[in-house]
Amino acid sequence: MAGSIMTVKNYCKFEFQSTNENVSFARACVGAFATQLGCTLEEIDEIKLVVSEAVSNCIIHAYENRETEIITVMVSLMHDKTLEIIIEDYGKGIEDLEKVLEPAYSSDPSHMGMGFTFMKSFMDEMQVISKPGDGTSVRLTRSFLARDKEAYA
Amino acid sequence: MDIDIKLLRNTLVVRLKGELDLAVVDRLRSDIDRRLDENEVKNLIFNMEKVSFVDSSGLGLILGRYKRVSSQGGRMSIVGAKPQVEKVLRFSGINKLVSMYDYEQDVINLQGR
Repeated sequence: MAGSIMTVKNYCKFEFQSTNENVSFARACVGAFATQLGCTLEEIDEIKLVVSEAVSNCIIHAYENRETEIITVMVSLMHDKTLEIIIEDYGKGIEDLEKVLEPAYSSDPSHMGMGFTFMKSFMDEMQVISKPGDGTSVRLTRSFLARDKEAYA
Repeated sequence: MDIDIKLLRNTLVVRLKGELDLAVVDRLRSDIDRRLDENEVKNLIFNMEKVSFVDSSGLGLILGRYKRVSSQGGRMSIVGAKPQVEKVLRFSGINKLVSMYDYEQDVINLQGR
């Protein structure tokens, strides 16, 4: 909605160590918080998938599997039923963002290179800000308002 | 994630239970590859009936085993994927490489022909 100001109804922020085990912790937390939007289980699964992808990227790429670094996740539920998720790392950053955002790009042949594709596909908007040496911030938003309108129609 | 690996003639049956993500793929990869190394295996079945979640780490594991088995002339199949898992498999295009079935017996019957 052009020109509308999103106001926050509820917000949470958490940070955790960059261990492989914390990928499921992070997606479960965001999934649980997002249930307040009244979305379907299928939608919660999609939200959990994108969080899993973003957090896995932080561990594998930003921190190159170092387990003692920090990942921060911020989740906002807006009054207009928009979900905003921000996932931040303080790792090595992305040199060539354009290339990394190409579909099926992977720096490692054993991976699918689907992470950003999933994020773009299952969310309405994806914004990636990265500075080599400083870290990366991924902002994902999705509105659940349309579905609500359909339900009342 | 629980893993149960059985050899049925020349088919390795891998039964997985739990969430297939970054935390478990390294162990699964080495467990499966060891069994592929040790035995005369042609085909591979991934039973995903009890898998509740998969992301691109899990897809990478599946794709890697597919490449290995198919390069040696074998077939790889996935059975019993739940809707939320099947959606991710289809989205990734893995379903175009790996045949998907409802039950293990469906694959075994086909291979027996």
